[in-house]
Amino acid sequence: MATQQTRSLARFMMAPSVILLFVWMIVPLLFTLWFSFQQYNPLNPMRDGFVGFSNYALFYSNPAFLYSILNTLTIVVSVLVITVVGGILLAMLLDQPIWGQGIVRILVISPFFVMPPVAALVWKNMIMHPQYGVFADIARFFGAQPIDWFGQHPLTAVILIVAWQWLPFATLILLTSLQSLDGEQKEAAEMDGAGFLSRFWYLTLPHMSRAITVVILIQTIFLLSIYAEILVTTNGGPGYASTNLPFLVYQKALLEFKIGQASAGGVIAVILANIVAFFAMRAVGKNLDK
Amino acid sequence: MARAVTTQHKTIATAAAWVVALLIFFPILYTIITSFKSEQEAIQGFNLIPSGTFESYSEVQQQSGYFKFFFNSVLLSVGSTILALIVAIPAAWSMAFSPTKRTKDILMWMLSTKMMPAVAVLFPIYLIFRDSGLLDSRIGLTVMLMLINLPIVVWMLYTYFREIPGEILEAARMDGASLWNEIIYVLTPMAVPGIASTMLLNIILAWNEAFWTIRLTTTNAAPLTAFISSFSSPQGLFWAKLSAASTLAIAPILIMGWFSQKQLVRGLTFGAVK
Repeated sequence: MATQQTRSLARFMMAPSVILLFVWMIVPLLFTLWFSFQQYNPLNPMRDGFVGFSNYALFYSNPAFLYSILNTLTIVVSVLVITVVGGILLAMLLDQPIWGQGIVRILVISPFFVMPPVAALVWKNMIMHPQYGVFADIARFFGAQPIDWFGQHPLTAVILIVAWQWLPFATLILLTSLQSLDGEQKEAAEMDGAGFLSRFWYLTLPHMSRAITVVILIQTIFLLSIYAEILVTTNGGPGYASTNLPFLVYQKALLEFKIGQASAGGVIAVILANIVAFFAMRAVGKNLDK
Repeated sequence: MARAVTTQHKTIATAAAWVVALLIFFPILYTIITSFKSEQEAIQGFNLIPSGTFESYSEVQQQSGYFKFFFNSVLLSVGSTILALIVAIPAAWSMAFSPTKRTKDILMWMLSTKMMPAVAVLFPIYLIFRDSGLLDSRIGLTVMLMLINLPIVVWMLYTYFREIPGEILEAARMDGASLWNEIIYVLTPMAVPGIASTMLLNIILAWNEAFWTIRLTTTNAAPLTAFISSFSSPQGLFWAKLSAASTLAIAPILIMGWFSQKQLVRGLTFGAVK
């Protein structure tokens, strides 16, 4: 039973968070929206002014735009498939009775705590380097030609690195969900003669569905804005082969100083994120009602 | 009737799990091993036994001053987390114990700010930072990281606070405790574990934040993310040094992370998976 006094105090306690987040979200976004309709070059202040939608037209007609959208989606979808499928398999394996489960869990979760630039540099130089990397050592051991990952398959290389970073997260969440599955239900299904596959399909998978949804949604938010991994490995190249939308916007803004176009790209990124966010909010909101 | 686990089944599962776990951990393990090699050793092909030299570590410290970056990382991640807690605790408290019709909408809206792509506001933020002299300043970046993680902090605290039984608060109120007394003497002791978990996870998130920390710093406020990124253009033999620097950058947070597995699941799924 909240009194009037309690209620106004509650509002007062909430105010700092709400105001800070509101300002933090709205002010820069309005700036970006404003710049997206302006011609603005910090190196050449003579040519400023309102240019309507031409920044959007320019950004859209840039061949890099199509590449960046395709690459963004390829990264998101590939990493999701690898981490969700791999995460389910791994979670089921770790759910078995094994010796040293605590240590195994620690080993599996570790990559998630590695900061993105370290993960990318370690993979680039220690693992995938065409001369000194472990993959090259393995290839030479079998008498094969080492693969030049970042020259020939830059996007695949980035996807592998990002998948390595996120597989632990998916595994941990799916394992947590799996461990809450009622053991008696499993036994009952087993006694009724349900085989491994049908047990998986009709019991385990439906039980994990909520966790899988959460994994997909949360990863999508982060995967849409992959940046550091590309910066320290391929720098978006060769050409635009591994440029995603965030990286393209960064290039336009801070390397080419085409602020108008970069802002137009930023607005497009916001729209893309909002489409995803719409579905994410609905799913999280449903869980909140329980 | 408990299902009997055969030793054979357990042996096979154990072997499979260990192989997969070691494969996943391998890049980290190999980096640690290589950090104890000399530069010559590091490029002589696959080798799991280092000579055990510390020369890369001392070179990393001498050449690039590792400890300055480390200090910045600690300051930024701990500072921003404490700031976020100060702002978020009252908000989460009021939402958990005096919910209104709009509480859910406010929580949702807070979460939605987290989904705004950082790159969309890169230039405005850059301008604001430059014009107010906050570029490459520790204060500016601390506030930035605080704002980035604030929604998660509020959410995590909210899910923890909601589990504290409201009857206890009512009892305290009946006994005439004022609101502030209620918070300090009743709520806080019960909320400490949740606050500690929230703090732990957010230090990890802030430590590993690799967009703003790279873009808004140059030397003075640069944390380990920026320090490591400077290794992206190699000069000469640098495998052992890179490994030493990487090991130093991830070791503190890796150990913290091992202790926070449970909170990680809860915090990053906003309480949806426990």
